[in-house]
Amino acid sequence: MSPALILALSACGASLGAVFTAALRGTARRTLLCLLLAVTGVLCVAAGFAGLLHGGGAMVLPLGLPWLPMHLRLDATGSFFVLLIGALLLPVAIYSQGYLKDVQRLAPLAVFLPLFVLGMLGVVLADDAFTFMLLWEVMSLASYFLVTFEHQHAENRKAGFFYLLMAHLAGLLILGSFAVLYAACGSFEFSAMRQASISPFWAAVAFLLAALGFGTKAGVVPLHGWLPDAHPVAPSNVSALMSGIMLKVAVFGFIRVVWDLMGPGDFQWWWGALVLTAGSSSAVAGVLLALQQNDVKRLLAYSSIENIGIILIGLGLGMLLARYGHPTLAALSLIAALYHSINHALFKGLLFMGAGAVLHSTGSRDMESMGGLIHRMPWTAVFFLAACLSISGLPPFNGFVSEWLIFQSALMAPQLGGALLTAMVPFSAAMLALAGALAAACFVKVFGIVFLGHARSDAAANAHETDGWMKLGMAIPAVLCLALGLLPVLFIPLMDAVPLALLDVSLTGAVHAHGWLWLTPVDVSHASYSAPAVLAGMLCLGGIAFVFLHPRGYNIRRSVLWSCGNPHTHARMQYSSTSFSQPLRQIFSGIYQADEIVHIERHGHKLLAAKVQHVLHVHDLVVQKLYQPLANSVLSLARRLDRQHQTGIHTYLAYTFATILFLLAVFI
Amino acid sequence: MSSSFVQVLQAVLLVLLAPLAAGFVATCKARLQNRRGAGIWQPWRNLRKLFAKQVVMASHASWIFRTAPYVVFTATLTAASVVPALLVDTPLSMTADVIALVALLALARFFMALAGMDIGTAFGGMGASREMTFGALAEPAMLMSIFVLSLSAHSTNLTTMINHTLNSPFALHPSLAFAFVAMLMIAVAENGRIPVDNPDTHLELTMIHEAMILEYSGRHLALMEWAAMVKLLLFATLITDLFIPWGMTLTADPAGVVLALALWLFKLAGLLFILAVIETGLAKLRLFEVPEYLSGAFVIAFLGLLSFYMLEVGV
Amino acid sequence: MTAAMIQQLVDGLAALMLLTSFALLAQHRMLSVLNWFAVQGLLLAVTAAVVAYGSDNHELYISAVMTFLLKGLLLPWLLWRVIRELHVHREVEPLMNTSLTMLLALGVTLFSFHVIQPIEKISQLMTRDSMAIATACVLLGMLMMITRRKAITQVVGFLAVENSLFFAAIGSTNGMPLVVEIGIAFDVLIAALIFGLFFFQIRDTFDSLEVDAMNAHLIHGDDEE
Repeated sequence: MSPALILALSACGASLGAVFTAALRGTARRTLLCLLLAVTGVLCVAAGFAGLLHGGGAMVLPLGLPWLPMHLRLDATGSFFVLLIGALLLPVAIYSQGYLKDVQRLAPLAVFLPLFVLGMLGVVLADDAFTFMLLWEVMSLASYFLVTFEHQHAENRKAGFFYLLMAHLAGLLILGSFAVLYAACGSFEFSAMRQASISPFWAAVAFLLAALGFGTKAGVVPLHGWLPDAHPVAPSNVSALMSGIMLKVAVFGFIRVVWDLMGPGDFQWWWGALVLTAGSSSAVAGVLLALQQNDVKRLLAYSSIENIGIILIGLGLGMLLARYGHPTLAALSLIAALYHSINHALFKGLLFMGAGAVLHSTGSRDMESMGGLIHRMPWTAVFFLAACLSISGLPPFNGFVSEWLIFQSALMAPQLGGALLTAMVPFSAAMLALAGALAAACFVKVFGIVFLGHARSDAAANAHETDGWMKLGMAIPAVLCLALGLLPVLFIPLMDAVPLALLDVSLTGAVHAHGWLWLTPVDVSHASYSAPAVLAGMLCLGGIAFVFLHPRGYNIRRSVLWSCGNPHTHARMQYSSTSFSQPLRQIFSGIYQADEIVHIERHGHKLLAAKVQHVLHVHDLVVQKLYQPLANSVLSLARRLDRQHQTGIHTYLAYTFATILFLLAVFI
Repeated sequence: MSSSFVQVLQAVLLVLLAPLAAGFVATCKARLQNRRGAGIWQPWRNLRKLFAKQVVMASHASWIFRTAPYVVFTATLTAASVVPALLVDTPLSMTADVIALVALLALARFFMALAGMDIGTAFGGMGASREMTFGALAEPAMLMSIFVLSLSAHSTNLTTMINHTLNSPFALHPSLAFAFVAMLMIAVAENGRIPVDNPDTHLELTMIHEAMILEYSGRHLALMEWAAMVKLLLFATLITDLFIPWGMTLTADPAGVVLALALWLFKLAGLLFILAVIETGLAKLRLFEVPEYLSGAFVIAFLGLLSFYMLEVGV
Repeated sequence: MTAAMIQQLVDGLAALMLLTSFALLAQHRMLSVLNWFAVQGLLLAVTAAVVAYGSDNHELYISAVMTFLLKGLLLPWLLWRVIRELHVHREVEPLMNTSLTMLLALGVTLFSFHVIQPIEKISQLMTRDSMAIATACVLLGMLMMITRRKAITQVVGFLAVENSLFFAAIGSTNGMPLVVEIGIAFDVLIAALIFGLFFFQIRDTFDSLEVDAMNAHLIHGDDEE
């Protein structure tokens, strides 16, 4: 058995052991839980590295059904996602040691959090459909209990129910996809499914079921309705794991079923086009809705939808390129999508941890009551800024590298099949550029409203800095974001095993062509990027400018602010979260269709206003126009059926009598 | 003459000529409006005065406010120093990726917006909100025109694109014409010029860029203003590199470099004069007509893409 | 001028034709719509002249002159007179906002490119690349008719369709026979004159040239009687 697999299994064991910490009490329980989760994280990272560098392994567990034992395999794709899981789990575990100090009832968390991690690990390691579905359901159920952790509030229960509903829908669709694949090869094992040949019609059916199922779980528009409700209500460390890892496990599932089990040879042209379109619309819709939120965690949830859209753009491009016979470029797109997955895990995890820190200090998630926290929580602000820079795709952090790679693969894509596809690629790239720039606007809003300016409430004015554990937990992803941004050339060859396994193409030669400093995806004359050079250049120039301008030391005089000659500003006069996003609300009013009511109470004269009331509701149109009517029709159908159930005993006796007559007639 | 020397010369010239370029545009505008203007050297005089003055900062400004001018200046400078102006193939040509350039300018914009929000006035927030919104809407158009330009060269590296244009036979390319118009429209929007923003005004109803740097004084203000001027020259150089690169020298010999320098200054003067004419002839757009302007630029760039596939690639 | 240069010139003119069709859709003011329509007529004349030079078809020169006089000068002037006499409101009133119309126009152009591509492959003419653009311009003219509220702009859309058809004719057949050309030109002129007459009549009856107002009157007009 390979070392990678041993490490992965010990990670599973560690998380299983963590479940039993529920039996302990107090600080010991919290410490042991976080410690075991951290150990799980470290083992996952080690397993991932070992799997990518030295190859994985397979084994059969003596558990499961009598004729279908549980198959486990750690291959290249799996190793990458195990690495992703570990990379975020370790910092979150450290962070939880500080964050969970004030949580009263830790028992549900102690049971379900490790089960959640175990479920995700199991899904990545599964090598047959039964194991996959079993552990998928474990993951979904455990996360349901985590989402409804604070079940005293009705809206949390509602969010949890919606989440459970969509998770089950997703599970059913995925099961359907596996059923089609089973029918094609007669076995539940993935190795059999890989070899099987499948007719184009059934391949299309399997693809659609898998795309819808995994898309629901990943939060692709229009199947995303549950995400913005579920992620905010969970505890922040859980939200970090859900947004950072669980959504990626859904992406992993899609890669596993479509790229691995079905294979690039079976791709039809409209599959890539569908994924590309879904990705572009998710990216733009997600960020547009994120910009209108005032609840930090809800905003971050919508931003996750946007980033999943970006990952899908990469995957869709790859599918189109693979279908039309450009394996190297397809490999580049795949690498870009995977790189963005791990980037998103890191910076979204960090963002949720920061939001949790702010929630912990101020007691609120509402951005309209924060402000000036950079003075009260300086370290949190620094780490949060690093995450904001990363998610906005700005050099020298990691978000820029993955977006740059996607742009390069879109640019170098030659003419593909008809005019429609050829024009779709640059159009999607333009939508990606729009989404990226809007994301920058969104995170200027978040950082600016929460951390900068004056405090908008007493809670914000009296906030305290977080403790050492939380700071350490946030520092690790921040440093990793910078590292992944500066040294992609070292990291991409590490991921090379994945395109090698899926597409039979290796990128290491091209990427490494000019040494560790330059990222040259295909050819140095085509495109090259060097983050260390950019950073070094900036530091040099900045240093020169600084030294040049300070020959006699600093002389800064602190005084009142200028504000065009009116320094008596109040905290309420600052731009608020709603006002920051007003230009976009006006420009895209057709898409938002927001309900905005302004009510002015006059006092005496028509020009004297005593009170102005502004009510704004920005709905998620998809939920309003698609989910709500669907839910209403289901409910009305259920009500009608319910009336049928309320008849007396005679009706049921009559049913029984009719059935007996029918059976006699048919079988005798 | 070594190519590294020319690279450094290019970068230094770009930085030092930026205030002159801004002064040139202002003087042209003044003459066109029947005034004498303050002269080409006025921006230099302003900068010199600002560098000598003491910095006054609000008491609650954070470290972001203090470091933003340096970040903005160095990001813009880094972008400017890799753009080839005289010599096509420089030692740092591998960093001259157009998308990386755009990202560096986006980094500068991010920090400027944060600095605007740091003070906690309505002006700063408003400037930040508008700047980020319109910057975001300009991105698809910019990317689409870059796409059209890199379609034939199959690269986003500036040196490769310039080499490709210099080596291909001269022909009328409608796609390039469309991309040129789109790029001009975007350059005007990104640099905050009429018809998108008015660089001369300090009224809150009309300002975007000025609102964000309202609180700055002394050397910080000097750095921010200088960065804006460098950005203007950077865009002008980018446009000459992409559309009219003839005259740039391929080897670092003194005669070639001097000729390239003269031609570069001539092309810049022409472009800046066109900018002055546009600024004088057009009125500033209403704020919420700017998205229409930007989507018009996107449509023109996309038309360039379509005409590339329809007319130039052939069947 | 070599054949290659003529080809490039025709391609450039086709691209400008496409630009004018988009510009017609994007204008906010009536007078700018008329100006762009006149520019389109001018472009057509130049294209006809260039194709005439390139294919040595002298009849096309006469077509070019007629096109310039008729579509570049006479029709715009007629429409301008109608606007002035009827005091039509200066703003074009579209049914949906400009950005959405533009995106729709891009989609239509892409669609026509997609559809015409196989035909372009088998053509031998020098103007074959512009067939897709000509089709796109026809569809864009129709789009203009659909998305405008005012009757005048719908007429301009109709005339733009006719312009594009002429362009398509030059592109696919190297110009129609002169007799057909003259016939069509006079038909269009008569149509414009009749439209003009009708507008005066409509304005007298309904006091407005908005299609919606006429519609409303039709629906509710019967109630009053």
